[in-house]
Amino acid sequence: MAEPMGFFTDTSICIGCKACEVACKEWNQLPAANGGVTTLSGDSYDNTRQLDGLHWRHVRFVEQFAEDRKDGRWLLMSDVCKHCVRAGCMEVCPTGAIIRTEFDTVVIQSDTCNGCRDCIAACPFGVIGMNPVSDTAQKCTLCYDRLKVGLEPACAKACPTDSIQFGTIRELKERAAARVTQLDRQGVKGAYLYGADDRMLGGLNSFFLLMDRPEVYGLPANPQMPSRTLRAGALWTTLTAVVVGLAGVFSFRQRGHREPDEDRP
Amino acid sequence: MNAEMLPSTLFSAAPHWKWLIIWYFFIGGLAGGTFFLAALLDLVGDVRDRALARLGYLIAFPAVLVCGLLLIVDLGRPSRFWHMLIQSNTGWPMFKAYSPMSLGAWALLVFGFFAFLAFLAALGDRGRAGGRWRIRLRPPGALGALVAVGGGIGGLFLSGYTGLLLAATNRPIWSDTTLLGVSFLISAASTSSALLIVLGRRLGGVYALRRLARFEVIVMVLELIALVALVVSLGPLARAWLSVWGVLLVVGVAGLGILVPLVLHWRGGWRAAVAGGVLVLVGGFLFRVVIVLSSEHLGRTI
Repeated sequence: MAEPMGFFTDTSICIGCKACEVACKEWNQLPAANGGVTTLSGDSYDNTRQLDGLHWRHVRFVEQFAEDRKDGRWLLMSDVCKHCVRAGCMEVCPTGAIIRTEFDTVVIQSDTCNGCRDCIAACPFGVIGMNPVSDTAQKCTLCYDRLKVGLEPACAKACPTDSIQFGTIRELKERAAARVTQLDRQGVKGAYLYGADDRMLGGLNSFFLLMDRPEVYGLPANPQMPSRTLRAGALWTTLTAVVVGLAGVFSFRQRGHREPDEDRP
Repeated sequence: MNAEMLPSTLFSAAPHWKWLIIWYFFIGGLAGGTFFLAALLDLVGDVRDRALARLGYLIAFPAVLVCGLLLIVDLGRPSRFWHMLIQSNTGWPMFKAYSPMSLGAWALLVFGFFAFLAFLAALGDRGRAGGRWRIRLRPPGALGALVAVGGGIGGLFLSGYTGLLLAATNRPIWSDTTLLGVSFLISAASTSSALLIVLGRRLGGVYALRRLARFEVIVMVLELIALVALVVSLGPLARAWLSVWGVLLVVGVAGLGILVPLVLHWRGGWRAAVAGGVLVLVGGFLFRVVIVLSSEHLGRTI
């Protein structure tokens, strides 16, 4: 197996140009939403709005302004599939369409997926969506086809500020840690890494440098595996099955009943 | 916006499981539940229960067929439904013990097989030509007992796993409790016995129906307890039901679907029991509507 590969997205230098979104759409031949009819979000300059089956990269615009507009800042983050080491989507997929590649990335095989949508509900980050062209669930493949021939993913290639960096996870972690230290020395407080260590779902192979709480960027603070409820849920349900079974035996068993009154249940 | 206290499940995307899945959960519960009750009546009841048990088998198999169709139609690519059972690239069986959807696909197949055998037996009971061998597929007798026990366990599984299927996600409400399977299973038992009471009254077998009504009262009390426990287990997320969904849950599911039928049962009389049965069926359906759609409308839903 090749060394695990991934993304380090440094949000402190993202300028919101959306070149990554465009490059992703171009390379992966993802069509426009709504048949090309533009719809505006109405409450933000961000009109892509979310990751889904047609948008595998999404530059999130977080607009933090005071009521009087005298003070404020933009937080910009190019969001993408996290390629979790412990991937919830892969865990629930009933067809085996979701696989882990030799690069330790997570890919949905479109020719196997039958569109049950279990992975959409299982992903803690809301990354996956249905692609209306293939009628299957789709998301970022970390440009598996480009990786196979030694190219870097299209989004990282197109990023003009190197906010999106591609490389081996080991190398990216070193770079990310150095960047946090650098920002701290420059007096930029509050920068931290999201998903870089293995405490979050075994580690995110696409991790981020953030400047505010995860929720501000639309990221969960504590993402979990879908199976976390399974053991307790199965236990409670089995106990209930036993109780219902006993209720049935108690109600239906033969005990020399007299013929009941025909008119009363 | 104060985002500090947001539960992590609010950041997931909705899978758009809607009416087809709601009907699947409801009819799947009826398929599993009616078979389970029929099998139990056959195994621990006496000859006076056979007509009602036969009705249960006659309902279970067509219902499980409808379930399969609903699930296939709901897929993005219905022609690939078999990918749930067979690996499309190797031809080997596709099975994941830790994926409730994978388990459920196999459960439908296995339960459907037992339901088909019992259905044949129930048809054979009508005394048609060739009916004699088919009757052996129902208790008493070893083969019949095997079908009843296998299908009964399969029926209970089908009734309860749907709750676990919703829980094994990262969606709000569904994955914020471990009690969905409990509520789904009890609701399947109550709706199934209600259906047998409503349809079985025409068979005229009061003896079996009376005992079914006793079972119905027990499970409705259990259902009410499970519903309260479910709401409590959600903690702060239960506030999501301070909406039209909560009104539907309290008035439709708890009130019309459990409390009114309980009162009707205690009042007595067959007409009241049948009316109560109809209300239980409506309440059971509304329960699934609330659980599925109230989560679909939370978090990122576009």
